[in-house]
Amino acid sequence: MKQMHMAKTIFFTLLLLGGLLAPLVVYPVFMMKLLCFALFACAFNLLIGYTGLLSFGHAAFLGGAGYTAGFVLRDWGWAPEWGIVAGTLFGALMAWLMGGLAIRRQGIYFTMITLALSQMLYFFFLQAPFTGGEDGLQGIPRGVLFGFMDLKNDLTLYYLVLAIFIFGFWVIHRTIHSPFGQVLKAIKENEPRAISLGYDVSRYKLLVFVLSGALAGLAGATKVLVLGFETLTDVHWSMSGLVVLMTLVGGMGTVIGPILGAFLITILENKMGEIGLALQSLTGLEWFANLGESVTIITGLIFVICVLMFRRGIVGELLHRTTSKAKP
Amino acid sequence: MEIFGIPLPAILSQLLLGLVNGSFYAILSLGLAVIFGLLNVINFAHGAMFMMGAMVTWMGFTYFELSYWNMLWLSPLVVGLFGILIEKTMLQWLYKLDHLYGLLLTFGVTLLMEGVFRSIYGSSGLSYSVPEALQGATDLDFMVLPNYRAWVVLASLVVCFATWFVIEKTKLGAYLRAGTENPRLVEAFGINVPLMVTLTYGFGVALAAFAGVLAAPIYQVAPLMGSNLIIVVFAVVVIGGMGSIMGSILTGLGLGVVEGFTKVFYPEASSTVVFIIMAIVLWVRPAGLFGKEK
Repeated sequence: MKQMHMAKTIFFTLLLLGGLLAPLVVYPVFMMKLLCFALFACAFNLLIGYTGLLSFGHAAFLGGAGYTAGFVLRDWGWAPEWGIVAGTLFGALMAWLMGGLAIRRQGIYFTMITLALSQMLYFFFLQAPFTGGEDGLQGIPRGVLFGFMDLKNDLTLYYLVLAIFIFGFWVIHRTIHSPFGQVLKAIKENEPRAISLGYDVSRYKLLVFVLSGALAGLAGATKVLVLGFETLTDVHWSMSGLVVLMTLVGGMGTVIGPILGAFLITILENKMGEIGLALQSLTGLEWFANLGESVTIITGLIFVICVLMFRRGIVGELLHRTTSKAKP
Repeated sequence: MEIFGIPLPAILSQLLLGLVNGSFYAILSLGLAVIFGLLNVINFAHGAMFMMGAMVTWMGFTYFELSYWNMLWLSPLVVGLFGILIEKTMLQWLYKLDHLYGLLLTFGVTLLMEGVFRSIYGSSGLSYSVPEALQGATDLDFMVLPNYRAWVVLASLVVCFATWFVIEKTKLGAYLRAGTENPRLVEAFGINVPLMVTLTYGFGVALAAFAGVLAAPIYQVAPLMGSNLIIVVFAVVVIGGMGSIMGSILTGLGLGVVEGFTKVFYPEASSTVVFIIMAIVLWVRPAGLFGKEK
């Protein structure tokens, strides 16, 4: 047990070191994008992995917070720290409204309700006058943090994003390992039993849904600060599907699985065109040149493969192998 | 004659349009309910199967010059066989697991199908013309009735009620209902339940394809035509509950009509009205209008 703890500490220290040094090797803006999606996937995992709730509407929190933050930063000229707070609060509020309705039904109905409600929000953002419709919100300024840190510098912003990510990750870690987290696990394993033990299951579900929504909102608001624009892609249901895929690939219910999954899927999405061109020159097949435009085929394929034979995800599979070896 | 300042023929034509959409909702939610009943899988690919039905219809005409009337049975058959292939190779391994894996798998299948069609045909719409026998419109004095739309509503109603009849009133339907209640016991009576499950999935997606054929001349035939539709149908299913066949049909038609009216009186809300109704129903009657919460 002690050894395990040591290994964990070393692992997380290395991870932190990697995070601090990454911008020396990787283009900082891309790295920040990866971190935002990683936080998004971790927030999602809090629901599916630790409470057993599959939300198909998380795009509403990411994109909604992005629009909120973008709007207050650009049109009202708020400071970046308040933009992030506003986005996070929007995520929490949205999650409270959506969650309050969705937890009235269980299982697969819960999923369909979250999907339908987020689609409603999508139409709202499509039609609302302040979102710029199909063009999205453009030219969002990064501003000056706390009045003295200029975020136009990519490195300064990178360390802010890293700090936000670590904060979010810490909140999730604390939640999982708290008594509250234990109740969530009980709900996941056996909901009727949790009810008969006297827990107000609906209240716990709503609370964790709001927490997850707030963290997804934090990720969305940070992302808009990094990229300087917000479009309908982030509120569309395909984004909700993407975060499911990230978590599934990395490993549902594992602490670092969603981070790994988010990194892999985001890199895949962004570099698919290059991969396709490389494959074309390698095999001489004309079809590969269009691979960049048919990302959905690849994501669909990964989905199917993961569900059929790889349900634990990468990290889950690794953990399963090592622990089953330890116990002969 | 006018109602709230809007001429009656305009209202009636929107009502018909609403009924057309409602017919699609009814057929699709019916298929979802039948599949969910026996397989315990929410078929996310239902919208993609609808799209494939329309696509196959278009392909049949473009490549083989097959008429609309031939495609009306051929397209559901092709898509139904495709569904059987999906069930045999993928879905059948998931029945013992949590429901959510079935949803995730069919979501992946949806992305795959849409991606493949898009990489071949692009995302813009292909046009398909109304069959000659149904072109034109009939003047009914108080409104002009486009023949094709009337046909869509009629054909959908016939298919919906035929399905209802088979499931509720025949021996085959009795097996199906028994399989929904307790598959093991039904198997013990010597009925081949796995085969029944496979055929049910094939039939469910064939229904979606049938709706796709009906939709081909009205909507643009495009790889993404089913992707927004399936979410509305999910909302319909949440409102109606999947427990009752008749419930699915009535909810689908009713919501189509409500949507049509919204288009007349407050067009901005027409794309969201179904979701708003879903929210209200969840608030007032969480089990859904026809649902039986276990």
